[in-house]
Amino acid sequence: MADPRIRVQADSFDYGREVAGFGTGRRDVGAVVTFLGVVRDDAGTLDRMEIEHYPGMTEKALAAIVAEATARWALVDALVIHRHGTLRPGEAIMMVATAARHRAAAFEAAEFLMDYLKSRAPFWKKEFGPGGADWVAAKTEDEAALDRW
Amino acid sequence: MTLDVLYFAWVRERIGLPRERVETGAGTVAELVAELRAREERYDLAFSDLETLRVALDQELSDFSAPLAGVREVAFFPPMTGG
Repeated sequence: MADPRIRVQADSFDYGREVAGFGTGRRDVGAVVTFLGVVRDDAGTLDRMEIEHYPGMTEKALAAIVAEATARWALVDALVIHRHGTLRPGEAIMMVATAARHRAAAFEAAEFLMDYLKSRAPFWKKEFGPGGADWVAAKTEDEAALDRW
Repeated sequence: MTLDVLYFAWVRERIGLPRERVETGAGTVAELVAELRAREERYDLAFSDLETLRVALDQELSDFSAPLAGVREVAFFPPMTGG
């Protein structure tokens, strides 16, 4: 496969441009799946989110997750972009893209990447609102989601 | 041995620093945690419930019973919330 692309950055990214340039111009790709994660404000009171990460381990953990997905689903290409720093509601946090010969592999690999990113990549979210700031707690269902793989 | 010990998220906030050099004779992560807890209340509070903590050794997820021999960097943090 092509080198998996992994980017951890504070800057925003252009989802449209990333998607347009992904998995195209080659003859061995039959399916591309892309996912965009966005800062959601359920209560209508979120001012901003701050995402902390562990430089060094983050890149290693993402590389391991992408390598596993690539091997299991014979991906032709993969892309993970994850932001850190300050993000506002509606801003893109992260994206995943997978390219494979067939759609089942591309969909499953994208879900696998998302499930593992949530619980195995060293990012921590803190939400800031009128009442102060709170670290987002990990959800037990996110940990349980790994069991299906 | 000298270890680089890193703290993230609320562990960092409770202890009040992101990283420090620690001189220790601890053989395992659990022994290192016991040494840190004995230092000061802020450490004791941060490590009061290990169920809510994760540990990485040289940037690989590990566990509290793991040996520290050969390890250079230990990181403590809450369960991760990426994605």
